[in-house]
Amino acid sequence: MGYLRYWGAMVRYAVIGGSRVYYGWLALLACGVVAGVVAYSHQLERGLSVTALSDQVSWGAYIANFTFLVGIAAAAVLLVVPSYVYKREDVKEVVLVGELLAVSAIVMCLLFVTVDIGRPDRILHMLPFIGRLQFPRSVLAWDVVVLTGYLLLNLHIPGYLLYKRYRRQRPSERYYLPFVFLSIIWAISIHTVTAFLYSGLGGRPYWNTAILAPRFLVSAFASGPALLIIIFGTLRRFEAHDVSESVTELLRKILTFTIPLNLFLLGCEVFKEFYTDSAHVISARYLFYGIGTHKMLAPYIWAAIVMQVLALAVCLTPAIRRRDGPLVVASVLCVVGVWVEKGMGLIVPGFIPTPAGDLVEYTPSGHEIVICLGIWCVGALLFSLMTRVALAIQNGRLEGR
Amino acid sequence: MKRRRRRRRDGKHPLSRRGFLRGLGAGAATAASAAAATVGTSACSTDWDKVFQKHYKEMTAADKKKVFARIAAEAKQRFGKAVTVSDPQPLPGVRFAFCISLSTCNGNRKCVHACVEENNQGRDPAIQYIKVIELDRGTLDLERGDQYYGGEVPRANKVYLPMQCNQCDNPPCVKVCPVEATWKEPDGIVAIDYDWCIGCRYCMAACPYEARRFNYHQPSLPASQLNTNQGYLSNRVRPRGVVEKCHFCMHRTRRGAYPACLEACPTGARKFGDINDPDSEVHKIVKHKRVFVLKEELNTVPHVFYYFD
Repeated sequence: MGYLRYWGAMVRYAVIGGSRVYYGWLALLACGVVAGVVAYSHQLERGLSVTALSDQVSWGAYIANFTFLVGIAAAAVLLVVPSYVYKREDVKEVVLVGELLAVSAIVMCLLFVTVDIGRPDRILHMLPFIGRLQFPRSVLAWDVVVLTGYLLLNLHIPGYLLYKRYRRQRPSERYYLPFVFLSIIWAISIHTVTAFLYSGLGGRPYWNTAILAPRFLVSAFASGPALLIIIFGTLRRFEAHDVSESVTELLRKILTFTIPLNLFLLGCEVFKEFYTDSAHVISARYLFYGIGTHKMLAPYIWAAIVMQVLALAVCLTPAIRRRDGPLVVASVLCVVGVWVEKGMGLIVPGFIPTPAGDLVEYTPSGHEIVICLGIWCVGALLFSLMTRVALAIQNGRLEGR
Repeated sequence: MKRRRRRRRDGKHPLSRRGFLRGLGAGAATAASAAAATVGTSACSTDWDKVFQKHYKEMTAADKKKVFARIAAEAKQRFGKAVTVSDPQPLPGVRFAFCISLSTCNGNRKCVHACVEENNQGRDPAIQYIKVIELDRGTLDLERGDQYYGGEVPRANKVYLPMQCNQCDNPPCVKVCPVEATWKEPDGIVAIDYDWCIGCRYCMAACPYEARRFNYHQPSLPASQLNTNQGYLSNRVRPRGVVEKCHFCMHRTRRGAYPACLEACPTGARKFGDINDPDSEVHKIVKHKRVFVLKEELNTVPHVFYYFD
């Protein structure tokens, strides 16, 4: 009974008494969700023919976004470790935000996988016992299992801590700390498995590289902190929530390591492809320079590199690196840069050219774009509502009698 | 390059644009009539049967009978034709293989079209299991080949290489399927249960031979062109949203007939049979000719062999 009241109080708090900016933001996201639902219902009716996917390029925007968001979810570990392992008080105050970001990202991931499959009505076939989940042989089956596990871990840890706080009780370490340590390992595993999804395919030389999992992790540890910097900046500005400067400083420092490391790993890949100059260089050549008249992705990958370099420059320049404005701009550049590089820049060239040498390019269709936006709005909406409640409970503004 | 691009534009973009417009305008009407059709057949029980239909390997003989009857009834309703749905079992001790003579193949693509007619593929957009690749003499690099060649064949100084599912012994597509909707049969054929596939297309990403096709659209097929001799794991009409590919004409070859592509080939470039049988043509070719397989370095162990005479 008390638990139900707790949920009632949280739901009420999420939607009542917010600022005008908060409601405007929610309304904007709701519009995006509605547009996405309309586009997806259309896709259900007409099948994946509403996408620009083809037999040649059989995965596109959905899987690209999925890949990127697994990284965002994994990056929560960058707040979890300093908070629970090194007991940094300033980080402890915002670690919930990181965990809720992970929850939202995983929900988005699962939605992206769902909209990508041709027969969502057969999703039961993936359930153990009822279906025939090919676990652990299929990496995709692995991925679904670890993502679901990570979702549960990240629901349990903040869920338990918040409930105890709401009841004004001391949380007992043995009910959450083991899960915290498990979630640290698990975070690394989800992005590793997602990389194995691609790197395990011998027929796609562009993906078939051992460096892929490290690249995924490093790029996640660049885009994740950057997104958190944006979120903390927003909270300070619009929710008057005082996130400690030292947390942003920690995240900025992480960026000064991970952005160059990400560019370094990309450079290693570029060297291997172009210096070897074997027949397999062709996908990389398509990505960076284009082949004949097919050069759609080239401007994007160069823009992605420039964006990451600019972000790094801001993070390193003493005059501006501690100011919220420039740092948020740098973070946006970093997030977008990584999204382009490892989303479309990694998934699409894997299919170009095809194993039989066919060259077909891919641009997402209108439906795909609206559905992707819709899912991003679902995630942002979920995150906004959860974060508002979680911060209120943590700051003692919302508690049980 | 230019031709490919034009083809691509013709093939895809107008469809999505058309789809979008139809969705805004006439879509509501279409949806309403589609819903009415479903309700009209009052097939509620059948729909639940479909949702909980078992994986092919878990079906009992009675389950199969029921499912095959349902498929036949659906075909009757859609095409107005009586079809037989069968399930020929693998022949004991048989391992099927193809041998294709690249000296003989002249790129006429008769195999491609015979395959489409035999296997009830969607006609628009066309789904084809076989790709014939035109290569310059002196290279077998598929990435430099042209699969959209036209005009009179054979052209001077060209080699024609037909590509289809290689029915690998170590198939990457089977390994990656998250729901075991595709597996290897005892006679070497990689089969797909079209009623179990969830349409994730991971197998398409995994296949190094580009053998798999996805039904982005409801396969369109004129009733006059329907092949009524159908196999559950082979050429029955596919639903939308699932993957399909060459299955060595399972419904024919397991009954001792040749695959449709071989029968259609006017040059005799295609040889098919049981590689375990020492008297079979394929056994002799693999033993005595200098054969090769595509992308051997990937260790997929293909069972489509190529050779020059």
